[in-house]
Amino acid sequence: MTTETAGVDREVTAAFDTVKRRSANAAGRRRIVTCLVIVACYVLVALFGPMLRKYDPVQTFTQDRLMPPGSTTSQGLALLGTDQVGQDILSQMMLGARVSITVGAGTLLLAGLIGVTVGLVAGYRGGWVDAALMRLADIQLSFPSILLAILIAAVVGPSVVNVIVVLAITNWVTFARVTRGQVLTVKNREYVDAARTLGAGHLHLALRTIFPSCVAPILVVATVELGHVILAEASLSFLGLGVPTDVPSWGSTIANGRDYLGDAWWISTLPGIALAALVLTCGLLGDAMRDRYDPKLRSL
Amino acid sequence: MAEPLLRVRDLVTTYPIRSALLRRKIGEVRAVDGVSFDIARGQTVGLVGESGSGKSTLARTVIGLEQAEAGSIEFQGTELVGLSARQMRPVRRDIQMVFQDPYTALNPRLTVRQILSEAWRIHPDLLPAQDWDEEVRRLLDVVGLDPQYADRYPHQFSGGQRQRVGIARALAVRPKLIVCDEAVSALDVSVQAQVLNLLDDLQAELGLTYLFIAHDLSVVRHISDEVIVMNRGQVVEHAPTDQLFADPQHEYTQTLLAAVPVVRPWNQESAA
Ligand SMILES: Nc1ncnc2c1ncn2[C@@H]1O[C@H](COP(=O)(O)OP(=O)(O)O)[C@@H](O)[C@H]1O
Ligand SMILES: [Mg+2]
Repeated sequence: MTTETAGVDREVTAAFDTVKRRSANAAGRRRIVTCLVIVACYVLVALFGPMLRKYDPVQTFTQDRLMPPGSTTSQGLALLGTDQVGQDILSQMMLGARVSITVGAGTLLLAGLIGVTVGLVAGYRGGWVDAALMRLADIQLSFPSILLAILIAAVVGPSVVNVIVVLAITNWVTFARVTRGQVLTVKNREYVDAARTLGAGHLHLALRTIFPSCVAPILVVATVELGHVILAEASLSFLGLGVPTDVPSWGSTIANGRDYLGDAWWISTLPGIALAALVLTCGLLGDAMRDRYDPKLRSL
Repeated sequence: MAEPLLRVRDLVTTYPIRSALLRRKIGEVRAVDGVSFDIARGQTVGLVGESGSGKSTLARTVIGLEQAEAGSIEFQGTELVGLSARQMRPVRRDIQMVFQDPYTALNPRLTVRQILSEAWRIHPDLLPAQDWDEEVRRLLDVVGLDPQYADRYPHQFSGGQRQRVGIARALAVRPKLIVCDEAVSALDVSVQAQVLNLLDDLQAELGLTYLFIAHDLSVVRHISDEVIVMNRGQVVEHAPTDQLFADPQHEYTQTLLAAVPVVRPWNQESAA
């Protein structure tokens, strides 16, 4: 008798769930939209901000040193003040946003590409391939990632591309694990068997049948990782191991202002606030997306 | 007509038992243990047995989802055991399956149109791309769904409707044999009857052959020409439906028959 009512029960439960979910959904959508708008502002500033004001990293304006926010300098209004060589902080921060966003996006693409490929292969193929790839991931994880980044950066030298490569090497594992986990839960579903029964090859099964179910968790992880990556780039640049010195990054601007915290708090503080706000927004966005698209990932 | 569509001989399928610690093989379950039977063209053969008796494994082996350990599966005179995946591809079209759980048998990320056209994507020679839309509409019509539903996702359908989509997907490759593994077990009674009638109609129209698996004897009785009874991986009885229900030979079959709990409304016409 149970089999007869099982289908009905399931549908009734599903209907109740839908009703409950709907109100939570509206709030969730608002959270996501708010966070996305903030991130979009950063991206716009990164894209167009530097065009508004030209910035020459090697120039100095001694008469404009350490001017507080709102001062008028020989270059015009310094809305967010100037640093110890008279350079405008706002210009530096807009270029810093460009560095952060570039490194963030580049790293996620590269780490995502490596991680998702590894995860798909490991989960789909299983057996010794899976064991080997996942041990590699374990080894990767057992290294403190910022230490590894420092090590690699010290060897290959500073450049934006190097920072992206270094951070991708330390971040692909998360993508690999999430993808593999999702592949493992999905690959024994009946619809995968159905595609196999139709005669689908491995490539079709992995990419067209299984992969679409991995996209949501991957996007959630990517959002959470974006914050981590941006913070890691700032840390590397703060230590002088990130982008070259003639590219103003938030990390290097914060480092420059360290000696002047008493007289010119704005040099370190303002880029610090910009950084913190962006990282926080990424975290909140990741949480909101996870709640909405993939509640199972809650432990991450 | 002399040659059966499907001819299974001494089929054995095993699952390895692995140790929890090192995943080493420490034994095996013989889920299908020396099974032989024939299915003639255009017939419906019911396969019954209690849960765990190896029905699904038998079906999955016939369809190529599990490797046979020994024995032979001849389909239209072609031996399938031992074929490579590549050699299996053209044969696979002819044998399709309708799965048990309408909730996991359809890819939740694809629309019905994408689910149905998957077959033609895999076998491009089957149907030129410009005819896909037309064929999707036709298939939905054949299984009794509104062709306007083509762009909906599986979660927008009821269980019975999803099972119809599953049937349409199987039909997309124009198969000869369809294996239904507990295809109606998850549906409630009235919907079961509708789906069974649909299968009946399709058989009459398209000349399909069915291997119909169920643990519910009244369902099998309604649809089958012959019934195979399985227990612990072996066939204990194989007889025409009327004969099996009127005069069960094997003790296990008698126990199964005695356990039938309810008389289904649609069985009254077949009994009369
Ligand atoms: N993937 C598997 N791995 C190991 N044992 C399995 C697997 N699938 C089924 N079995 C075992 O094979 C036997 C037959 O199962 P199955 O074919 O599913 O039976 P039925 O469909 O008749 O309920 C059972 O004892 C079951 O435990
Ligand atoms: Mg079964």
